[in-house]
Amino acid sequence: MIRTLVAVAALSLLAACAPASATTAPQSTALVVYAAASLTDTYTALGKSFEASHPGVTVKFSFEGSSTLLDQLEQGAPADVFASADRPTMDKASAAHLISGTPSLFATNTLTLIVPAGNPARITGLDASLNGTKLVVCADGVPCGTATTKLAALLGVTLKPVSQETKVTDVRAKVETGQADAGVVYTTDAKASGSKVETIPITNADLVKNDYLVGVVSGSAHSDLATQFVASVTSAKGQKILSDAGFGLP
Amino acid sequence: MIRPALPRWLLVPAGVAALFLAVPLVAMFGRVSWARLPALLVTPEALDALWLSLRTCTASTVLCLALGLPLAMVLARTRGRWATVGRVLAALPMVLPPVVAGLALLVALGRRAWLGRQLSILGVDLAFTTAAVIVAQTFVSMPFLVVSVEGALRSAQDDLDIVAATLGASPTTVLRRITLPLAAPAIASGAALSFARALGEFGATLTFAGSLQGTTRTLPLEIYLARESDTDVAIALSVILLVLATALVAATAVFGRIRGAAR
Repeated sequence: MIRTLVAVAALSLLAACAPASATTAPQSTALVVYAAASLTDTYTALGKSFEASHPGVTVKFSFEGSSTLLDQLEQGAPADVFASADRPTMDKASAAHLISGTPSLFATNTLTLIVPAGNPARITGLDASLNGTKLVVCADGVPCGTATTKLAALLGVTLKPVSQETKVTDVRAKVETGQADAGVVYTTDAKASGSKVETIPITNADLVKNDYLVGVVSGSAHSDLATQFVASVTSAKGQKILSDAGFGLP
Repeated sequence: MIRPALPRWLLVPAGVAALFLAVPLVAMFGRVSWARLPALLVTPEALDALWLSLRTCTASTVLCLALGLPLAMVLARTRGRWATVGRVLAALPMVLPPVVAGLALLVALGRRAWLGRQLSILGVDLAFTTAAVIVAQTFVSMPFLVVSVEGALRSAQDDLDIVAATLGASPTTVLRRITLPLAAPAIASGAALSFARALGEFGATLTFAGSLQGTTRTLPLEIYLARESDTDVAIALSVILLVLATALVAATAVFGRIRGAAR
């Protein structure tokens, strides 16, 4: 009985360790792309179109916060392409020699105000109408929070949020569910929330722009393919996908 | 009667298990920048988070005792289908992913939820308050108290309560003089476990209560945020949390031994 168990355990270990290519007959190359969470929808679409134009290539994604992805790259994660949602994170990656060559700027994002559908607290903008309402923003230290603080300072407004979230998607969720009366998010998040929220543009929001950069990871086993993927992001087709989702173009 | 010795080969997987659990925790102590530790810990953010965690966990443990203890006593005395249903419900939040617990609370007590609206008519607005943190912590930690106390009451073999009742003691007197004192070690270890679980509460708080320094940003939320900008701060705070958790789990082990000795 014990012997059977040990044998089964050993076999399943072997099966788990065996390379996947041994079971799939046609030779296929996997390109691994590490991209900021806010790129989930657009990069998935970009990956589909890249696979269509490169037969035999599968694009695999890991979508996380930019700084989490940077941590993983530093630990030697096997990525071919890295796309960050802000310049400081990409600068850190370049400084640590994790990126080969110069990363390319491929999109920008600005901040906007969102309120639940119907605007129950009758908010008119980043102004006195926010007094006494439940405003949720990103925390200082994460890219969207740093941008919010900077924009508020430039516009000369003092924000009194009831919560400072670690992820922009948490701000979105709190407004979508009506738990919060208003939230400051990226334009692309506002667009992705659809009819659950109403967007109130912030005047002069483009004073603070988040830069999105993409680069080939040094030591990538598929650096040619990775370079082509980066080119596809900045191609006319790639830029159309990004601008349709609400990104600004460089 | 002498119990036969364990087979020696058992030591190998047991040793692997012990190392597996210990190595990551010890490794964290190795990564702490001890020289910077005091400076990292006396920041207003860290102190606010620690103080908030201690306050909310105390409040939620008191709530667990006030409400969970009666539930455990009722469940321990109930037989049949409803007892099973009750027991499953009481243990469920223990195994729910914290985010699911947070969503459940939001759907039940959020500003758009029926119950949440009734509460706000009464002037109670939980959204983004410290009270919401306590609600989230109580929801996820009460099962630990209920399960451990119920198990102890159920396995109590002595008939002291029957004797006391025969001698004319009222149900409340039996509860106060016999049942509760006998279950005291189990109650204490259940309370310590609940406190420890509340201290580690993260997902439900983030989903249901939000995150604001001094109001809703407890120690685990502060660690999560600090990780984004300064890993050293995150690790320093983690060590504090680890020390607190060790003390609490050690306390439950001590209460467990008292319980064993009392038998």
